[in-house]
Amino acid sequence: MTARDVLPILLFGAVAALLPVFVTAGTLLNFAIFTLILCLAAQGWNILGGFGGQYSFGHAAFFGTGAYATAVLQVRYGVNPYVTFLAGIALASVVGWVIGFLSFRSGLRGSYFALVTLAFAEVFRVLSNAVPFTGGAAGLLIPLNQRAANFQFESRGWFYLLVLALVVVALLLTRALERSRLGAQLVAVRENEDAARAVGVDALRVKLSAITLSAAMTGAAGGLYAQYFLYLDSTIAYGTWISVEALLAPIIGGAGTVFGPVIGAVILHTLAEATRMMVGRIPGIDLVIYGVLLILVVRFPPRNLLPWLRGRR
Amino acid sequence: MRNFPPEIVMEAVANGLLTGAVYGLVALGLTLVYGVLHIINFAHGALLTLAMYAAWVAWAAFGLDPYVAILPLVPIFFALGYGVQRLVIGPASRGEDSNILLVTLGLSIVLENAMLAIFRSDTLSVQVDYAMEVIEAGPMLLSFPRVVGFGVAFVVAAVLFVLLRMTDTGRAIRAVAKERTGAALVGIDVGHVYAVTFGIGTACLAVAACLLLPSFYVNPRVGNAFVLVAFTIVVLGGMGSVPGALLGGLVIGVVESLSGLYLGDSLGQLGIFVIFILVLLFKPTGLFGARA
Repeated sequence: MTARDVLPILLFGAVAALLPVFVTAGTLLNFAIFTLILCLAAQGWNILGGFGGQYSFGHAAFFGTGAYATAVLQVRYGVNPYVTFLAGIALASVVGWVIGFLSFRSGLRGSYFALVTLAFAEVFRVLSNAVPFTGGAAGLLIPLNQRAANFQFESRGWFYLLVLALVVVALLLTRALERSRLGAQLVAVRENEDAARAVGVDALRVKLSAITLSAAMTGAAGGLYAQYFLYLDSTIAYGTWISVEALLAPIIGGAGTVFGPVIGAVILHTLAEATRMMVGRIPGIDLVIYGVLLILVVRFPPRNLLPWLRGRR
Repeated sequence: MRNFPPEIVMEAVANGLLTGAVYGLVALGLTLVYGVLHIINFAHGALLTLAMYAAWVAWAAFGLDPYVAILPLVPIFFALGYGVQRLVIGPASRGEDSNILLVTLGLSIVLENAMLAIFRSDTLSVQVDYAMEVIEAGPMLLSFPRVVGFGVAFVVAAVLFVLLRMTDTGRAIRAVAKERTGAALVGIDVGHVYAVTFGIGTACLAVAACLLLPSFYVNPRVGNAFVLVAFTIVVLGGMGSVPGALLGGLVIGVVESLSGLYLGDSLGQLGIFVIFILVLLFKPTGLFGARA
């Protein structure tokens, strides 16, 4: 990595960090925090789907695991939330590795991989809805206790900065991956797996590394979600909504680019907010726009629109 | 595990078979589209929901019995499917698999949420006087709408089978499924065949929707419950295999019914997903042996 690789990311972090200085309105910070959490989830998807070309339709499996681990361990066993947050990331990456091992070992690609990840997420959703350990259908409430030592902040600004710092870390990690040998091998597997194998790339190992890192990032997003909203149920944690969000943002902002998920998430959520302001709160209307946007982006790929974001090529 | 008297288990199996036939019908459309276009249609569930709303509107606004509504809805949904493939999926995908995956996903998001915006999340159902009727078969009591669904599903499968075997359109569809370049070279309009196939798959959903409605309900997310089941059936029966879809439907219907009986309703769905994952991981060509 060179200064030119790192600088834009640090600049983005620095500019975004100024937001709480100028904005004190709760709703806007709320919006920003939520969008940043989704950026993190989407960056996770981007590593596997964007760089690796393995389209997962079930990133909820990782988001939910991170979220539930963060919540369950502190509510049931009284573990410190920072520790449970890290445990959530670890557990999500284990889940990612296992799902990856099972499906990549069986040679599942393309639509088959999308289907199997979707099914895994659904299994987790049904299970977490049924067993009392996760709070079942009633969900799980994290008791309010606003102390910094408790991973809950009295002012939203601090939480915003913490989430932003993690997003910057994720961006740096993604950039490092892009510049690394593993990243190059990952892109090779995306472009032509058989050819990559032929030149000696261990495709299984590469894909496993990608899904593990991917799951860790999306799991971290889940943990932050739990810690910010302090409530979870099976449809929040393992619902299809987050699988879709995690996939849409990179696809719309530019899959396989470092800033793609951030751009995508910001575009999507600004659009959704704008529609809500214009037509009022009609349920589902924001997602209709997401869907239309997805079809349009696939139909007219904006590759020529934002070439400078794709880095030096 | 609890022990149930044999009559209860038998009744569960029979009910599973009845529901399974309608599952098979939903899967039939999906497998046909896969067999010919080689795409996994993620919008299948949303299109089923749309068909169920159409049948509900036909009942609520025009007083049409759901079984009678089959007649106008089949051509309407055939045309809809034809148009969707011709105007949206075909041009947007530009022949790339991952694009088709994303376009059909986008389509399902749009349809599902448009219905949420229009009908809200309320659960709707139709009131027909035969909804609660039962037919006695030996010691078992079978629900009348489900028996009708079972019968009609097999009729539709038979019609489809004849259509694919005996007609020129059917031959063209099978030719494109086997070898699209070859089919194009002998003068078959591949784009048209794709759209016709998609239309037939969507028309199957219209029939399934009308069969489901008297004993089921409709809300914007109802299709999702069926779509994973349908994917499971399609994978189990072998992607692209018509008899496989029907057989797979019956198997899954019984599995769901029995796991519901033994594990309770909330965990009952689990049986299907587990089968789905196991089949995908260990035998992705399906149990009935179609090629990968």
